[in-house]
Amino acid sequence: MNDWQPKILAILCTWCSYAGADLAGVSRIQYPPNIRVVKVPCSGRVDPLFIMKSLQSGYDGILVSGCHPGDCHYMSGNFVARRRFAVLKPLLEFIGIEPDRVQFSWVSAGEGERFAQVVTKVTEDVKKLGPAKRLVKQV
Amino acid sequence: MNIQQELRDAARKLLAEGGVDQIIGWSSGSLPMSSTPLFAATKEEADDLIFDATCGSNLTVYFTKDRRQIARDGKKSGVVVKGCDARSIVLNLKENQIKRDDVVIIGVPCDGIIDRSKVEDKTGGREVLEFSDNGKNISVKGRGFDIDIPRTEVLSDSCISCVHPDAGMSDIFIGEPRGEQKTKDQYLSVEQFEELSAEERWERTKQEYSKCIRCYACRNVCPSCYCNECFVDQNDPQWIGKTLDLSDTIIFHVIRNLHVAGRCVECGSCERACPMDIRLLLLNRKVAKEVAERFGMETGVDPDAKPAMSDFREGEKQDFIMG
Repeated sequence: MNDWQPKILAILCTWCSYAGADLAGVSRIQYPPNIRVVKVPCSGRVDPLFIMKSLQSGYDGILVSGCHPGDCHYMSGNFVARRRFAVLKPLLEFIGIEPDRVQFSWVSAGEGERFAQVVTKVTEDVKKLGPAKRLVKQV
Repeated sequence: MNIQQELRDAARKLLAEGGVDQIIGWSSGSLPMSSTPLFAATKEEADDLIFDATCGSNLTVYFTKDRRQIARDGKKSGVVVKGCDARSIVLNLKENQIKRDDVVIIGVPCDGIIDRSKVEDKTGGREVLEFSDNGKNISVKGRGFDIDIPRTEVLSDSCISCVHPDAGMSDIFIGEPRGEQKTKDQYLSVEQFEELSAEERWERTKQEYSKCIRCYACRNVCPSCYCNECFVDQNDPQWIGKTLDLSDTIIFHVIRNLHVAGRCVECGSCERACPMDIRLLLLNRKVAKEVAERFGMETGVDPDAKPAMSDFREGEKQDFIMG
């Protein structure tokens, strides 16, 4: 399985992280092609159910990224999201899901370089874990 | 005068003079060692009220989602509450599910609710035909046995580490308050589980939730679960499969836990309602521990505090966010 490539879902907020990804693209910064991007209006839009559902449908990793605290376009969206993730992440770990499968980061619209680093790190972490088996629904 | 008599007198008085339409409390169930909700509208009915070690159900649920509208519909209801139930009321007042003027809170001091299956272990599986609660001990009688069991040995898991046994908010308090309990081990079960390896935790999770038959009794008895349409009932979009698939089942329980994050009062009603004896509270406890440690909040203790998940502080710890 040396050539195995993980599938990673990146849920990005439209104002910061999506723009950051765009900047990485126009600046021609190289990063692993393992992510599939879903654009959401705000990280506060991310329901934990989205994350569980993606794990169930076979994504090997999930990255959720939004604006830095204090920079939210909607003032408090990412603060509310942060509380939600603060509970979700330990809970997933508690039931036995590998902690590196689901990761959170803040990337601003100016941080193209950082976006590439974040994606590289998540991809490497998930590669180390191997394909997701827990919670994947066998049909 | 014992608590039961005092409770009945208070209920009679409220019905006669307090302008209360009904008292929601417990009465003896049809089997020994059980209780059932009672809606007393007359003085005679109020004489059936009881309070003992079997009164586990959280009656606040009748205010939040009961389709028969027993406690809504412009009625004024008295409700008998233990410490945990009172915290449910506080939460639902804050969430505008109950009007303060529509409810008369009757607090009772709770010594903890017993777990039927633990009693059955003590009797060696033999059927209990007579039960009485004597405070420190409970006595059970049946064919060929007549034993006294210390209450502490058969307490439900939710009651062992109870910190708030008295109703924090009440209009009338029956009996003597027990005061705040000091327990070091409030989250003992969670800590023990955390010490296991990830593989073992996953195996235990699978084992526990593969018992689930998706009857949704846990959701239905929960006073904090009152969405008009639950996400598991939704068909368009259908978020989650409705079969006994393990992945669907675990996701249902995890998401339900997150929906009641910072809103669960750990009354243990879900665990008591579960026909498959799943240790549901373990996840709730874990969430409660995170909420307490990270946000310094406990559900329904402070009547002025916002529920944890609809509030935030700017400088909160964010160790889980990538560097």
